[in-house]
Amino acid sequence: MAETSLYMRMLPPMSRWILQGGADALSAAARAWPAGLSSEACRARGQGELHALWLGPEEFLLLAPPDHEPRALREALAGMPHSLVDVSHRQVAFEVCGPDCALLLSAACPLDLDAAHFPVGMCTRTVFGKADIVLWRTRADAFHVEVWRSFLPYCTELLAEQVQN
Amino acid sequence: MLLIDCPYCGNRPEIEFTYGGQAHIARPTQPADYDDHQWTEFLYLRDNQRGLRAERWRHSHGCGRFFNALRDTTTDRFHGTYKVGEPRP
Ligand SMILES: [Zn+2]
Repeated sequence: MAETSLYMRMLPPMSRWILQGGADALSAAARAWPAGLSSEACRARGQGELHALWLGPEEFLLLAPPDHEPRALREALAGMPHSLVDVSHRQVAFEVCGPDCALLLSAACPLDLDAAHFPVGMCTRTVFGKADIVLWRTRADAFHVEVWRSFLPYCTELLAEQVQN
Repeated sequence: MLLIDCPYCGNRPEIEFTYGGQAHIARPTQPADYDDHQWTEFLYLRDNQRGLRAERWRHSHGCGRFFNALRDTTTDRFHGTYKVGEPRP
């Protein structure tokens, strides 16, 4: 399995949470999470190393450096119906980069990844081949891919196959 | 590729979605009052009509949300989607 190459690299370990809740919980969370939460569908917001990725109208993926403890967020949500689940070890992240990154991903991802339709800052859950992934365009020539860890070899080998093609 | 218009995410490829059966089947408000015949109807009997039909779909590899869609069963053409709780257009 290629861990680093011209077209992809593994991203360092991160803390991750899935936040789910209704309108009240999410507006409280948006005030307590430094990056805020996007109210627009399929958009990520970030501040420094803290990020919040819109996954659904009541669901966000929060990313932070390892060992980050979201104390302010927990306090803001106390007493409100919500769920905040640590999924740091459920999934891993890699980056597909370079001028052909969209082309490479397009081989197994059915979305239109042209910058006009999938601009920087856009994020969504989708599929890569048969694997469920979260795709996030961080730069014009780079995508952040979150995948459940057992699907990582499948994704990287599929990607390597596309490079050869 | 068939595109389905998720009410939350917009047009997305069909492969991201899961079919969820006939829409607008209300759960019984007093389940204890149902006899076997009524339970059979609620659980198993569906219209199975030819033509335009309201169905549940879930954007399972996307926002994860259930919504309703009007689809023609003879042409597989989607005539619109709407959120759960909204009336059939
Ligand atoms: Zn959706």
